[in-house]
Amino acid sequence: MTWTQQIEVGTELPALKIGTISRTTLTLFAGASGDHNPMHIDIDVAKSAGLGDVFAHGMLSMGYLGRLLTDWVPQQRIRSYRVRFAAITPVLGQPTATGKVVSIDEVDGERRATLELAVTLADGTVTLTGDAVVAL
Amino acid sequence: MAVDSAFIGTQLPATTLTVDAGRLRFFAKAIGETNPLYTDVEAAKAAGYADLPVPPTFLFSIELENPDQFRWVVDQGIDPRFVLHGEQSFTYHSIAHAGDTLTATPRIVDVYSKKGGALEFIVKNTAVTRADGSAVADLETVIVVRNPGAAK
Repeated sequence: MTWTQQIEVGTELPALKIGTISRTTLTLFAGASGDHNPMHIDIDVAKSAGLGDVFAHGMLSMGYLGRLLTDWVPQQRIRSYRVRFAAITPVLGQPTATGKVVSIDEVDGERRATLELAVTLADGTVTLTGDAVVAL
Repeated sequence: MAVDSAFIGTQLPATTLTVDAGRLRFFAKAIGETNPLYTDVEAAKAAGYADLPVPPTFLFSIELENPDQFRWVVDQGIDPRFVLHGEQSFTYHSIAHAGDTLTATPRIVDVYSKKGGALEFIVKNTAVTRADGSAVADLETVIVVRNPGAAK
């Protein structure tokens, strides 16, 4: 019996705890992702828009959730992956990525699991919610 | 100011990026990726990949290769400081690898507002394809524009 046969509705993915997000994290992500929006790396620009500080790129947290997925299934099994950015992630935020199986269906001749996903900060703020469909 | 609904259907400039192993290692470092198959070509090959796989969310970066990436926002009269990423989705067709030349073709598919114009939404669909035209993924991005002056 392979591991994917043991997956059922309610199965939880091993949570992925991320370390503290620093300004260095945001600078590296700006360069590596190509997202040069100064709102994430330049406190002067953030203040000029009425914010107290820079905040993390949404796609950084989506990248963490992507790691949760690829830690769990080979990437070629991911059929779709989507998120809604529910709250900003401040500097020094400590995100944890979680997911669980909410349904299993037969689609196009393959067994697919739908996963419910979230990223939550240490203070309980949910910053991302989403779902992914993976072939088992 | 309100985003003109005539913006719907607009094709934005396509961008192309030849993904190399160095950029993928930089991205892996930036998201804290520790799985060697995203940084070590031999590990990737041992896992059955032709080269380092392009991770699921890096495909969003292809359209960011545009040297003036906020131009289309500014052209709509929007201050990029008040733009937020609302939603993002990926539908995958095939895995891309280091060495692939990928093209992103973005198109505006919807514009709408909520809360009396205080929030405006722009929906953009982007196809990512290889040089031979084969499909890698289809992306949908929802951008939220805050209009602090509206609906007060």
